[in-house]
Amino acid sequence: MRLTCPHCGERDLREFTYGGAALTRPEGDWSPIWDEYVHLRENPAGRSREFWQHGAGCSAWLVVERDTVTHDIHAVTEAGA
Amino acid sequence: MRFGALRILKEGLTGNRGWGPHWRDPEPKPAYDIVIIGGGGHGLATAFYLAREHGLTNVAVLEKGYIGGGNVGRNTTIVRANYFLPGNSEFYSHSLKLWERMESDLNYNVMHSQRGIINLFHSDGQRDAIVRRGNAMINQGDDAILLDREALRKKLPYLNFDSGRFPIHGGLYHPRGGTARHDAVAWGFARGASDRGVDIIQNCEVTGIDTEAGRVTGVQTTRGAIRARKVAIVTAGRSGQVASLAGLRLPIESHVLQAFVTEGLKPVIDNVVTFGMGHFYISQSDKGGLVFGGDLDFYPSYAQRGNLPTVEHVMEAGMTLMPMIGRARVLRSWGGIMDMTPDGSPIIDKAPVEGLYLDCGWCYGGFKAVPGSGFALAHLLATDRPHDSAAGFRLDRFETGRGLMDEEGKGAQHNLH
Amino acid sequence: MRLGQGGLVDRDRHLGFRFDGHAYEGLEGDTLASALLANGIRLVGRSFKYHRPRGILTAGSEEPNALVTLGRGAAQEPNARATTVELRQGLEARPQNAWPSLGVDALAVNDLLSPFLSAGFYYKTFMGPHRIWERVFEPAIRRAAGLGRLSQEVADLQFEKAFAFCDLLVIGAGPAGLMAALTAGEAGADVILADEDFLPGGRLNAEREEVGGRSGAGWAAEAVTRLEAMPNVRIMSRTAVTGVYDQGTYGALQKHPAAAGRPEETFWRIVARRAVLAAGAIERPVALANNDRPGVMLAGAVRSYLNRYAVAPGRRAVVFGASDEARRTAADLRRAGVHVAALVDARERAETSDFATYAGATVERVLGREVEGVAIRLGNGREERVQADLLAMSGGWNPNVHLSCHLNGRPVWDESLSAFLPAPGAVPGLIPAGSCNGAVTTAACLAAGREAAARALEDLGLKATAPDLPEAEDRDPQARPIWVVPGKGRKWVDFQNDVTTKDIELAARENFRSVEHMKRYTTQGMATDQGKTGGVTALSILADATGRSIPETGTTTYRPPYAPIQIAALGAGGEGRGFAAERFTAAHPVHLAMGAPMVEAGLWFRPSYYPRTGEKTWRQACDREALMVRETVGVCDVSTLGKIDVQGPDAAAFLDFVYSNTMSTLKQGKVRYGLMLREDGHIMDDGTCARIGPDHYLVSTTTAAAGEVMRHMEFAAQVLRPELDVHLVSVTEQWAQTAIAGPESRDLLNEVLDSPLDPGTWPFMACGAVTVGGVPARLFRISFSGEHAYEIAVPARYGESLFRQLVARAEARGGGAYGMEALNVLRIEKGLLTHAELDGRTTAFDLNLSGMMSKKKDFVGRAAAGRAGLLADDRPRLVGIRPVGAVRQLTAGAFLFDPETESTRENAQGTVSSVAFSPTLGHFIGLALLKEGPERHGETVRMVDHLRRVSTLCEVCDPAFFDPAGGRARD
Repeated sequence: MRLTCPHCGERDLREFTYGGAALTRPEGDWSPIWDEYVHLRENPAGRSREFWQHGAGCSAWLVVERDTVTHDIHAVTEAGA
Repeated sequence: MRFGALRILKEGLTGNRGWGPHWRDPEPKPAYDIVIIGGGGHGLATAFYLAREHGLTNVAVLEKGYIGGGNVGRNTTIVRANYFLPGNSEFYSHSLKLWERMESDLNYNVMHSQRGIINLFHSDGQRDAIVRRGNAMINQGDDAILLDREALRKKLPYLNFDSGRFPIHGGLYHPRGGTARHDAVAWGFARGASDRGVDIIQNCEVTGIDTEAGRVTGVQTTRGAIRARKVAIVTAGRSGQVASLAGLRLPIESHVLQAFVTEGLKPVIDNVVTFGMGHFYISQSDKGGLVFGGDLDFYPSYAQRGNLPTVEHVMEAGMTLMPMIGRARVLRSWGGIMDMTPDGSPIIDKAPVEGLYLDCGWCYGGFKAVPGSGFALAHLLATDRPHDSAAGFRLDRFETGRGLMDEEGKGAQHNLH
Repeated sequence: MRLGQGGLVDRDRHLGFRFDGHAYEGLEGDTLASALLANGIRLVGRSFKYHRPRGILTAGSEEPNALVTLGRGAAQEPNARATTVELRQGLEARPQNAWPSLGVDALAVNDLLSPFLSAGFYYKTFMGPHRIWERVFEPAIRRAAGLGRLSQEVADLQFEKAFAFCDLLVIGAGPAGLMAALTAGEAGADVILADEDFLPGGRLNAEREEVGGRSGAGWAAEAVTRLEAMPNVRIMSRTAVTGVYDQGTYGALQKHPAAAGRPEETFWRIVARRAVLAAGAIERPVALANNDRPGVMLAGAVRSYLNRYAVAPGRRAVVFGASDEARRTAADLRRAGVHVAALVDARERAETSDFATYAGATVERVLGREVEGVAIRLGNGREERVQADLLAMSGGWNPNVHLSCHLNGRPVWDESLSAFLPAPGAVPGLIPAGSCNGAVTTAACLAAGREAAARALEDLGLKATAPDLPEAEDRDPQARPIWVVPGKGRKWVDFQNDVTTKDIELAARENFRSVEHMKRYTTQGMATDQGKTGGVTALSILADATGRSIPETGTTTYRPPYAPIQIAALGAGGEGRGFAAERFTAAHPVHLAMGAPMVEAGLWFRPSYYPRTGEKTWRQACDREALMVRETVGVCDVSTLGKIDVQGPDAAAFLDFVYSNTMSTLKQGKVRYGLMLREDGHIMDDGTCARIGPDHYLVSTTTAAAGEVMRHMEFAAQVLRPELDVHLVSVTEQWAQTAIAGPESRDLLNEVLDSPLDPGTWPFMACGAVTVGGVPARLFRISFSGEHAYEIAVPARYGESLFRQLVARAEARGGGAYGMEALNVLRIEKGLLTHAELDGRTTAFDLNLSGMMSKKKDFVGRAAAGRAGLLADDRPRLVGIRPVGAVRQLTAGAFLFDPETESTRENAQGTVSSVAFSPTLGHFIGLALLKEGPERHGETVRMVDHLRRVSTLCEVCDPAFFDPAGGRARD
């Protein structure tokens, strides 16, 4: 698998680390919304949005849009942007 | 038809013409008491134990493809009871006991072989953790023996004791652990269930779960609607998709775990050996292939295949641990879809929808759990009470934080267990 | 027999080799198989299950029969295909899976018992008591199974891995592949041409055919010469592309000719923007009775041996097929001087020829243990027997679709060709061409190769200057498939695994009707050739048995590797210490010089203890070092702890977010102990945080968690709090850090500092800049031992020198260096934590650190830590234990019970996480996690370690065993 880092270009999978579904952190005390954020997953068989880090490159956290069935990569963007 | 040596003799002398189907292929009936979605090991075992333990035979197992086509047919065949957290410990202990009588229960040789499992350790800290595990196993009534370096050297002389990256300090020996012929487990349970009246329906994909007033009433399938009082989702690898048919979201992320087999070789590895520092485990099948695997590929996938970085890492682990396997040729690689949960432990529970039951989240421990899971889910379906061995596998433990079973201590990131 | 002329072998270069203990001679350019045939050897192996005698069936990597063991000792290589082993001087090959000898194999008795050993027989028997299965049946089965043997000897294996990148990867150097490479090469693309064989050309080397007015082999050689002249083309012979992975990544195994200093094999990761699959086709045997006998060979292989190797595989041949290729085989045989006793063509309208032709007939049975003749069933139903020692058969060709299916693509059935073809678009960027894509003539293959390359070039934005196509054979051989010949007898489908047509029919009868079930039940296609020869035939038999068509029956899944790969190649570099990086601190040479045993801590190595003369056990050294710290002064290398530099206007706000306690209130020049949680509310790591400037902090982590904490903080900074202006950098390797602990630590430190410390400005938990010999350093007054202590950090290049000095000066004071063992004793005496307690399952509540959970701010893990289940009273919580029974020993990993209960899971009250013998207190001490622990101080519990057979009564106590008030560190 190869991902195209917005900073570094196309690189091999082994430079990246998957970091979970790209969700938005809730606020406040524990609630069902927090349970959803920490535990429950859409877990799509198809297109998904995920956090990845280019740890062996620029260290940027990225949002990768990827197909979990075909492993096609649709988009890679900077997570913090 | 009862299987046995005499039967083989008779059939052999008469041209093997008398053998019949191992399980029936009936048309689906319009209604059942219980519908089990998923004809994998767990689903088929559930059907078998429903019939055998509870006398419930108006049961259908619906399978999208062919039975045993999921993880029960694509794993590294390891059977063990070496967990240490309450909840897991009693469950796998019970499951192993069911393994030990499976062949007589099923009249089917699943080649369960208690060749012993050895978990290696490489530091004092790992030793203490492994001792805790072994003590938990003995507390539970299972077996565990601490092997020091010299004892291990006698048992596994082929390990690289002297020049590996992580020196081998010893191992935890679980003599009752071992392997089994994975496909045969599915077929044996299918035969046992079918013989007792359960309908096993292949090529029947569930496309909808019907509910009325918050209660399950049946399922829609590619072979028509089927009514049911109770429906169990036992579809490891597709748990989320099937549960979503009932509007549920599960604490599961699906990941790919690769495994490998080499060409056949004369016997060289007698036990199952695991190498924690390298996430590597290996055994040798009765056919002679070295069967081994490693860690997840770490990204979500339903593709049942992985990529080279993990392949290579597994092979590198093998080379540092037991370089004598270097000349063995990898013949085939494959991938299974793992239901990864936030604590690495499974779920057998009622769903928030009345009449709907869940059996999922086996991470990569599903194979050894086949009989235990079937037994416990059958009990839950029949009595609406969890079986003692599986009382810890609650769906709500994540939300409440009560009774989490995080054997790896990795926390709520699904892929790290 | 070697023919008098022809072939692509070098008749001047004779190579001596041994097989089964006998010496033979072959020629340069031979495979082991061709050399064996040249020497008249027909029996080369035994089958897996029935131990049937076997000869050579094919001339390629799909060979199911002719498996041999090469070499001896560490070089011993089991299961090598004789058909792909390049002959070399001194090669030693031995038959395998035969005892006592290849000719007389005791287990051949299995063949007589075959009625009782049909598919899946083992599922139906041996169900007796477990002990009998494990002690009698299973060991017997295991011994009988398997093929070759690993030597179990290990030597310095020379394998390597490498990466390569190209515009176009051409897989296969037959007519299609060569033409594709020429087209792309001339257009200026970066091309890799990978071919499994040691001689490029594919079938062009095996057929007597003209291409471009010369021999096919000659054209191929010229094409290779042209390609070699192109700097943008790399020809990789002996290179099998083994797997297709995502985004144009291909695995490939390259074998190298034996030469000193060169690796045996290289496993390549090839990243290709486009690929052309020109993998050719594989001929399939016909399922007819006793088709597995030595002397039965695929017709295409017969032509390979005749034309490429100049070897006649027999003297008197029968040719059987249903295609014009049959006559071609017969003609090639006759030209080589082999008598063609019969040409059996299953087609009614066979080509007319001057051979003894049997049209509309089939070879029904092979006669003899090795081929002595065949029984031919004529169109009119009569049987005729013909003497022969060679049967050249062809059931047709299976396009080699394997690689096109690695990304889950399923091949598509082509009814007109009776073959599966690659599904269009099955692998993004991979274009199939030639006979793997259904082309049946050389001309079509050449054209397809050129066209595929042109398509790839267009995708790449390169302009093709399409080279001219050479003239070549373009007559369709009018092939008709033959799957199974009717009639009695056992007909092999999977030769190696001994799967016959009956086994497949039996499987169908037993309801193993799905192709996957049939495969798994019969083991069809699970041998070393993975069904390359027999797979599609098996489908046709299953289709017949279940009343379905072949496409309805479907195929099993094709999975990497295409050709098996030695683990040593895929795992190259992992052997020995190469498996993981080794990280050494700056003072590593000092530790070694002092004789310290080094232990792993993550990827780092740390000194365990420093033995001195007269000390017989590690405990003696450890006790001395611990007491030394308590009484005088000790020096410890703590460089492996993670150090993260945090800077920016929002650094304080950021740290408040990642720590559960507050860091924004920390004053400059001060250090605070901090706790980081995971978002699920459990502790991730602990450590100190020093504020070394208004907007500048230094975070320390445990050794093991440094990487995880850095990744976590980067996630928090970039994803969770992108609005904060903060920058992180790991400086673990940049600073060498040494702990100086003990009553004399300040005195020792003052010996090396450029100006002595002012006690008034350096209270406990102070930090600041100092200089050592003019070198700027950072000093932290922190303590992991409970003593008055400091940690001093200098740029890593000064670390060794400073550590050496500090040790020498400490020794002069009666102190010295201390290692991990003593460090562990000291921290347990103080009830301080490591990953034995921070095991990923514990919370601040569990470790009596609830006070470090700020209620005034949001932080990672705050919400989840508030879940009721994580605050339940019955959770195991941190306590100290000390032995009070007769046995005075504690062990980590033991369980705690009420004294009067049995040691069962139900009764377990807690576990022991850390233990040490405290030389200061004179007894064992331990940390434990005990249910309701803090409420149970003073109670007695029983510690049980089944594994180590230790059981003792313990008193539950406060985890701070020594100086609980902490005065020693502060004073």
